[in-house]
Amino acid sequence: MTSHDNEGGGTFGTAAGIGLALGAAALGAFLTTRPRKDHNGDDAPGFTQRRSFGHYDVVGRTVTIRKPRAELYAFWRNFQNLTQVMENLESVRPSTDGRSIWTIKAPGGRTVDVETQIAREVENELIAWRSVEGSDIDTEGRVTFEDAPGERGTRVSLIIAYHPPGGEVGRLVAKTFLREPAVQARHDLKRLKMLMETGEIATSARRKDQTRAAQQTQQENA
Amino acid sequence: MRALTWHGAKDVRVDTVDDPEIVNPRDAIIKITSTAICGSDLHLYDGVIPGCKPGDILGHENMGEVVEVGPKSTLKKGQRVVIPFTISCGGCFHCNMEQYSACENSNPAEKQDASAALYGQPMGGLFGYSHLTGGYSGGQAEYLRVPYSDFGPIVIPDHLEDDKVLFLSDILPTGWMAAENADIQPDDTVAVWGCGPVGLFAIQSALAMGAAQVIAIDHYPHRLELARKLGAKIINFRETHVQDALMEMSGGIGVDAVIDAVGMEAHGFAFDNMLEVVKQKVGIGADRAHALRMALLAVRFGGKVSIPGVYGGLTDKFPTGALMEKGVQLKTGQTHVQKYLKTLLAKIEDGTLDTTFLISHRLPLEQAAEGYKNFKEQQDTWTKVVLKPGMEATA
Repeated sequence: MTSHDNEGGGTFGTAAGIGLALGAAALGAFLTTRPRKDHNGDDAPGFTQRRSFGHYDVVGRTVTIRKPRAELYAFWRNFQNLTQVMENLESVRPSTDGRSIWTIKAPGGRTVDVETQIAREVENELIAWRSVEGSDIDTEGRVTFEDAPGERGTRVSLIIAYHPPGGEVGRLVAKTFLREPAVQARHDLKRLKMLMETGEIATSARRKDQTRAAQQTQQENA
Repeated sequence: MRALTWHGAKDVRVDTVDDPEIVNPRDAIIKITSTAICGSDLHLYDGVIPGCKPGDILGHENMGEVVEVGPKSTLKKGQRVVIPFTISCGGCFHCNMEQYSACENSNPAEKQDASAALYGQPMGGLFGYSHLTGGYSGGQAEYLRVPYSDFGPIVIPDHLEDDKVLFLSDILPTGWMAAENADIQPDDTVAVWGCGPVGLFAIQSALAMGAAQVIAIDHYPHRLELARKLGAKIINFRETHVQDALMEMSGGIGVDAVIDAVGMEAHGFAFDNMLEVVKQKVGIGADRAHALRMALLAVRFGGKVSIPGVYGGLTDKFPTGALMEKGVQLKTGQTHVQKYLKTLLAKIEDGTLDTTFLISHRLPLEQAAEGYKNFKEQQDTWTKVVLKPGMEATA
């Protein structure tokens, strides 16, 4: 098992592409899945708190996937795989210094690039990331993989904090992603679950050109 | 292809639409040979279930011949199959628990939110039953796309004709699970509210499981007659005080098991404001809630309550007192069809169960709209309509 903190080194960037990819400030406190000691005594994940997180929006979601931890970690760690389940993620490509550039779809056929670096990674357990200084979007997030009880597989939790910047890009991104980032994250995680458990992503389309993915491509090309 | 499509309340038409094709690797395409109109289809027909869009193809009781398979399907072209109305992946937590109707993967991700808001977690996918359950095209058509075809469908031996096995798709396993959920013991007196298809099959199943007596409650004479032929005692609630009768017929103890095969489907999937609209428009809200209330009063202390009838929203004046004080066992839910297919096919093959008595009408697909109208308006005699896409039109 490898575990290393990574400031500027490491490998690829991350799950910023979840469609709400953003950020960079030190948001560690928001990103924990463990109960927080500094505000109340309950055991719920931090992101289910009623209180606000100031300038940052925080979304989180957990799904249970009936597959081994190592298999799910390996799938996620090959970030290009995430384009199969993250609707707004167009591509992920390596950048310098082990960073990576996530290209996210925006309205009107435009895209937004986010450069990220791995902040921390523990094999088969967690991947944390943040956007680099000067990125269009200010974001930080992590995904954790935990054994579920008995034969239930693995609990996969995704938490993302982001701070939409000002300016034209910020407004564009906000319009695209920030209206319902929690919904997008939820749907993306469901698609991950479908792909891993069934080998395909459920669609009720009667024909290939009527799937949600196909229709979005058609709209982008229109 | 030709298909029965929904366009609004009391407006269903046979239209020409795009043929389905293989979309995902585990898919198969079925050429429909028989497809039934379900009682629950009438509530789509009545327009009281939100989440239908014009052009949606209805039909969830389907069987046919495999004509095309995806690379991951295990079916072979030419096989005859019955398709469960529940779409189940076979790989998730609930499928692993044999709770197939709660499949976590069959309802597309972006369609899960509405039912999750209603019930806390999303519903699984169903064929031809609104976009709350996935927006899948139904099988009242010439062809049907079947997802997870390596898991759901059951292959039918050639010597069993369609009419004998079609109801494996929904109402036979639904009636069977209703009886199983009532945990029937040999000395039990079982009361069944509603002698529609599910109620009748629940009666048949309860007797097959060895109940000492089954009492059927309805008001349609023809349907009560069918229940009597199956071996049930009958009560016509228009003529008899049901509660008094059940107390007498159970020797003053109360009935051991009650099965509510009525449901509130007129309110099915309703949001609470929708519920009020339906109550006002249709005027049956109180009656239908009354069936479950009556069942909870009739069941003995420590008895068993099974609810196969579909409820979707909220209900008023629910007897929580009786529910708690009587210490009953309560079991409910959409049918886990795949769990029962092999058992029930064997019972059909050896003659233990014959479900063909239910079919009152067989129509070509082109006359589907007529089938809906009559099934709705002449419930006493139009007990079950089977559509046959291959059949010549008669009128």
